Amino acid sequence: MAKMNMVQAINSAQDVMLEKDNSVVIFGEDVGYFGGVFNCTEGLQKKHGLQRVFDTPIAEGGIIAMAIGMGVNEMRPVAEIQFSDYIYPAFDQILSEASRLRYRSGGEYWAPITVRTPCGGGIRGGQTHSQSPEGIFTHVSGIKTIMPSNPYDAKGLLISAIEDNDPVVFFEPKRLYNGPFYGDPKDPPQAWEKHELGEVPEGHYTIPIGKANTVRKGTQMTIVTYGTMVHVSTAAADLSGYDVEVIDLRTLIPMDLEHIVESVTRTGRCLVVHEATKTGGFGAEILSQIQEECFWALEAPIERVAGWDLPYPHAFEWEYFPGKARVLDAIKHVMEG
Amino acid sequence: MVPHSAKNLNVPAPRHRPGEKPEFDDLDISNAGALPRPHVMSDPKELFPFANGIIRVLNMKGQAHGEWDPKLDPEVLRQGLRDMLTTRIYDDRMQNMQRVGKMSFYMKSRGEEAVAVAQAMALDKDDMLFPSYRQQGLLISRGRDLLDMMNHCLSNAGDNCKGRQLPIMYTWKEGNFFSISGNLGTQFCQAVGWAVASSYKGEDAIASTWIGEGTTATADFHHGMTFAAVYDAPVLLNVVNNQWAISSFQGFAGGEKATFASRGIGYGMPGLRVDGNDFLAVYAVTKWAAERARNGGGPTLIELFTYRADAHSTSDDPTKYRPEDEARVWPLGDPVERLKGHLIEIGEWSEERHTQAMAEITSLVTQKYKQAEALGTLNTGERPPVSSMFEDVFEEMPDNLRRQRQQLGV
Ligand SMILES: Cc1ncc(C[n+]2csc(CCOP(=O)(O)OP(=O)(O)O)c2C)c(N)n1
Repeated sequence: MAKMNMVQAINSAQDVMLEKDNSVVIFGEDVGYFGGVFNCTEGLQKKHGLQRVFDTPIAEGGIIAMAIGMGVNEMRPVAEIQFSDYIYPAFDQILSEASRLRYRSGGEYWAPITVRTPCGGGIRGGQTHSQSPEGIFTHVSGIKTIMPSNPYDAKGLLISAIEDNDPVVFFEPKRLYNGPFYGDPKDPPQAWEKHELGEVPEGHYTIPIGKANTVRKGTQMTIVTYGTMVHVSTAAADLSGYDVEVIDLRTLIPMDLEHIVESVTRTGRCLVVHEATKTGGFGAEILSQIQEECFWALEAPIERVAGWDLPYPHAFEWEYFPGKARVLDAIKHVMEG
Repeated sequence: MVPHSAKNLNVPAPRHRPGEKPEFDDLDISNAGALPRPHVMSDPKELFPFANGIIRVLNMKGQAHGEWDPKLDPEVLRQGLRDMLTTRIYDDRMQNMQRVGKMSFYMKSRGEEAVAVAQAMALDKDDMLFPSYRQQGLLISRGRDLLDMMNHCLSNAGDNCKGRQLPIMYTWKEGNFFSISGNLGTQFCQAVGWAVASSYKGEDAIASTWIGEGTTATADFHHGMTFAAVYDAPVLLNVVNNQWAISSFQGFAGGEKATFASRGIGYGMPGLRVDGNDFLAVYAVTKWAAERARNGGGPTLIELFTYRADAHSTSDDPTKYRPEDEARVWPLGDPVERLKGHLIEIGEWSEERHTQAMAEITSLVTQKYKQAEALGTLNTGERPPVSSMFEDVFEEMPDNLRRQRQQLGV
């Protein structure tokens, strides 16, 4: 075991896979010599060589198309999109190509690609360094969507993603890179070293794709969430005075419905929390599936806390971000009506 | 598993890395005045030499040479120098303010001031500008109040972006300056669209757009090239080749295989490569392309060959990927120093006047900054009203946003 922050855990997962499987290559804008704008590939080019970890032209569509072609030719590319706000030029390649290749070719072709990309706000990055576009991807059949919330999960899930034969979009909440974030920007910065989930094995291990994790046990209500909001929700639950269970989805697609249903059936109340904008967000999908499965066990309407339906506004970051206060209000509302 | 013998995979590498001694001795640079000035309506096929050479007017001694010399009035040159100096001093000030936490982010244009200032001066005020984030000199040359620029960067109550954008993502409709996007390259073909509309309406105004050499890899660059060529759009397509795209040298955009200007040839438009640190040459080439566009000659691709002399942004540390003194040995020098040298050479400027001009500009920038800071910074003073973040998503606010605004209690 070693102490790792999320950047180091993600770096370590790639290092382990480069070591283990020489069909793995890593590329993206500034990932080579420089080691990535968030350092997630730092040192990997030096260790594994120029031809296994390298920079690309600034063309996200090209990056993903090249990954698909390499994947079709027996390789396991891991492509970084520098910010998920810049993934859209690659959207056609992900949606129309990567996600459909296996299906449209009758299973003859597939591309085992992993697309890593930092997402989410809380770093004063303005509209183009803060978005949470996961819901656009979860809507597309044929891609797996993952968003870890801590170093331990990040490494295990990333290794699973790279070993998986389906295309995976792996969202990394950048606000969590250096430490957990409980939703209050005035808190002193937290470090993963002091957190139990900052204890990460140095070698190979996996966390299965499609398995949720209960991070706080409770009996009175269930919060279903993922990414940065796992920590914000847990902090709000601690303050609420209620016995709240918090589930970290970890994988969005395929979603661990069974895990959620077991919890909500037991607690009878549910709140869905995400940072992404509300309308048409992944929360709507979670909510309707719970409603289909748990309707007769519910004691109150399921509610959602999410980003407001607008582009991420630079000067109003903390009025926009669904922080502890909003989660707390929603917990009370679900409990008290 | 594939056998690991990647010996045929070519991954380009830059000339120098940190710790190495930078030198550019073998860089193929035409002499000032060496290239003739072709007729503005020349057939693109005859213009190959201009895409592969470098159009230059000023030599390194500050003397102007050759047919491209625009023979500008000294007062115009002094104005250009002043605007470049203002851009530089403004940049330094704003970077310092970011460092002390008054704003979130900043990007300087050091070394590239001639690109924006000379090009703005060579265009008409009615011409529409679709810049990237490194042409603040366009605003300064077009006379935007520094206070307004600062208010934007500080996201305070005076910000005409209403606090919604990162610093330096300016917008200024009054000055025909388009709203800057954080997504690279998106403006390139939009400028073509603007120019196509100008043709359609039978108007004289042309469009001009700027893209970094790194960003020429995007699909947007190629959309812009194709659409401009197909419709003979009256547009200037400028590639600012400052050698670096964050840590990636220009080879990752294919710059080692062919010049960026030569991309124009394949699309059937002139490609002109110009010394981007030579105010006179940049001015002259821009005038040439603008005249061609106004005469119905269609688009021109201009490669401005320059060097990004400072960090990519306040989030970047360039000593991690290139030698610290690369800018200092850049063979085309510094654009401010070169124009200053020229003005002194022709007896229209002096060290004393330069020192005085710098002092005046520094005090103007300081005075403007104090005004801006008094209004508010990212963390203090007056911000735009919080409720305004729900506005302008649509022309009229739909119910979901109205409800969310109420929920926030603003
Ligand atoms: C679509 C997109 N991809 C990636 C980025 C991140 N990014 C911002 S600036 C930059 C480098 C751009 O280099 P270049 O085009 O050469 O312009 P320069 O910064 O040198 O002026 C990158 C990769 C972005 N803003 N947009």
